[in-house]
Amino acid sequence: MNYKLGTWAVAGLMAASPVMADLVFPSLSYRTGPYAAGGIPFADGYADYFTLLNERDGGIGGVMTRVVECETGYNTEKGVECYESTKGEGALVYQPLSTGITYQLIPKATADDIPIHSMGYGRTSAANGDVFSHVFNYPANYWNGASAAINHILDVNGGDISGKKIALVYHNSAYGKEPIRTLEKLSEKHGFELLQLAVDHPGQEQKSQWLQIRRERPDNVIMYGWGVMNQVAIQEAANIRFPMENFIGIWWSGAEIDVQPAGDKANGYKALSMSAVGDDFPLYDDLRQYVVEAGKAAGAGDQLGTVPYNRGLYAAMLAAEAVKVAQEMHGVADITSGQMRDGMENLVITEEIMAANGVPGFGPEFTVSCENHGGDGLVAVTQWDAAAGEFVQIADFAPTDMEIIQPLIDEDSAAYKAENNIESNCN
Amino acid sequence: MFYREAGDFSTTYPQDSQTFPIKFDRYRYYVVLFIAVVIIPFVINDYWVNSIFMPFLIYAIAAIGLNILVGYCGQVSLGTGGFMAVGAYACYKLMTGFPEVSMFIHVLLAGGITAMVGVLFGLPSLRIKGFYLAVATLAAQFFLVWLFNKVSWFYNYSASGQINAPQRDTFGILITGPNTEAWATYMFCLIFTIFSAVVARNLTRGSVGRQWMAIRDMDIAAEIIGVNPLKAKLTAFAVSSFFVGISGALFFAVYLGAVEVGEAFGITKSFLVLFMIIIGGLGSIFGSFAGAAFLVLLPVLLKIIGVDWFGWPTDIVAHLNLVIVGGLIVVFLIAEPHGLAQLWRVAKEKLRLWPFPH
Repeated sequence: MNYKLGTWAVAGLMAASPVMADLVFPSLSYRTGPYAAGGIPFADGYADYFTLLNERDGGIGGVMTRVVECETGYNTEKGVECYESTKGEGALVYQPLSTGITYQLIPKATADDIPIHSMGYGRTSAANGDVFSHVFNYPANYWNGASAAINHILDVNGGDISGKKIALVYHNSAYGKEPIRTLEKLSEKHGFELLQLAVDHPGQEQKSQWLQIRRERPDNVIMYGWGVMNQVAIQEAANIRFPMENFIGIWWSGAEIDVQPAGDKANGYKALSMSAVGDDFPLYDDLRQYVVEAGKAAGAGDQLGTVPYNRGLYAAMLAAEAVKVAQEMHGVADITSGQMRDGMENLVITEEIMAANGVPGFGPEFTVSCENHGGDGLVAVTQWDAAAGEFVQIADFAPTDMEIIQPLIDEDSAAYKAENNIESNCN
Repeated sequence: MFYREAGDFSTTYPQDSQTFPIKFDRYRYYVVLFIAVVIIPFVINDYWVNSIFMPFLIYAIAAIGLNILVGYCGQVSLGTGGFMAVGAYACYKLMTGFPEVSMFIHVLLAGGITAMVGVLFGLPSLRIKGFYLAVATLAAQFFLVWLFNKVSWFYNYSASGQINAPQRDTFGILITGPNTEAWATYMFCLIFTIFSAVVARNLTRGSVGRQWMAIRDMDIAAEIIGVNPLKAKLTAFAVSSFFVGISGALFFAVYLGAVEVGEAFGITKSFLVLFMIIIGGLGSIFGSFAGAAFLVLLPVLLKIIGVDWFGWPTDIVAHLNLVIVGGLIVVFLIAEPHGLAQLWRVAKEKLRLWPFPH
């Protein structure tokens, strides 16, 4: 089997590369495939923030950061390959930006003592830190999102939505199925009728779903979409003249690139948000000065200020803050992944911290604890203004219905705990 | 010079019909087996097993399975992904239903269940052929994926529709779950790969295999000389699905640990395995290995060269990867329509005469 010889030679060269003291942040990005529209800006934002820290501050606590990028194409098999090839470099935290890959990495990373930060995606019940010791999904999770969407519809309708019909258009995967149970509980509580419409990967084919919406005439549509599915859904909604202000997407379905193809017809489309929109932050001045103008921007450098780019910045900022907490806790600058986990578990994000990073009001204030890895679950609402070409925040970060969500989290995490014989993390 | 039959005398019929008639080939085969079984388990680490060996071994099993159906029996199938899903979900239900039973038994049973499902979807092959059969198996692909998405019993009513492999062992050695050792999962897959290859090789050169090939070459003629098409076609579907089911079970339980049917076992998986056997060589066990290696290892190799050596952006490398793999497929198929296995055969013919070809 001669083909094995070449790969052995490659292994030898890989093993010979030098190891330096730095903080490694693997970026399991996807710049190709049907989900690249969201993957590119997120990866750019994530990388640019760490570049900025290196250029402006000389790293975090005096230790330089290094982003190791690995292309997954939103594919779980490549995600495994990326995880295995980057974990040996001293990876501190994984942010795969894919619910499927997150599910796969949860047991592996826990066994390897590397934390995962699935920011607003992944396994929702991982918010229970007692069971999921190495998984964090602050500041908000899918079930907060589902509840926030219903809360917004309640607000618009004066607090009464009994008898209304609400459709859920979802990506037919673990990601899209996550909110169903929460919405079912909420429909019992508020008395609305839930209509479930699954869209298969990659989501380009949605004619029949929107035909059904046209026939059933739901009062509101909630969407859990990602990648090319978003553009198609918004275009289809425009085609059947569905009122855009009644169409509300989760935070992964609310980027400029999702609404632009439908032009003016997308005006009024709403999306939930867990981080602020726009580039009106002092941080952007530094980004332009130290990163973009220095020619060190990741990718094409043309994504600044977009919603997913901001989210990449936000994810990187939360990771950097967790590093600072860990450095302080353990008294070492060059922390390990286990220490990073401790830092994430004791993370507190306040308005002062965000302002000190040049991003006042960028996200909600929240506190992470051993029991609660999900933060406080505050969610904002944004709306697309087609004339101005930007998302505008129309409702501030507000709490969600934890009375419904917390029992679901406890139930699902307890099932996982029993299935896998996991010991309590918080004792 | 050293690669020839001369001087190697066969004194019994079994010797005369052995798989590797040339002494050099025979030794090479034993050396490869020795390295795979005795040396690699001691030097392997997580990266090598998860990124290279496990996908290679598992896809090789799937390719052997599909090769039996397409390459040996001539029944075109696009349902490989669906049948792999049957293996995976069968294994999941068995693993969660009977936690104390050894993983070996679960994987074999998963293969058996897939064989039964394969026979069921093989029934149309008695009436339809060629492209029409391909469409029928395509329907199986979509139906099975839809079924595993729709009926929540298959994924034990979990909220997300994902199936997760719990921690299971065989003879006290962990095989699934996060705390496995690299050598254990490698050996587990290797045993199944060797088993599949040996069984497939011996089936295809026996009477069953001859019947399959007779059906492939001309079904009417085969029927006239006394081959029962019902039996031949359905056994081909059963055996093929058995191997594909094993590979699906390993793919889910040992390799990925968590899958979602639409993403892991979609139509692209069916095409991937079909490409493997077309590139490797239809009707060849070696071709199944070569094709699996080509399509599993080449992308990893190109990624290592592009990203780790040259430091190119990951998206450029990912796109280049598509271009290079696609280009190589075209070049290979133009240069050698019968796949890598035929190249290997030609090389062996030339080696026999080397260094005096005249």
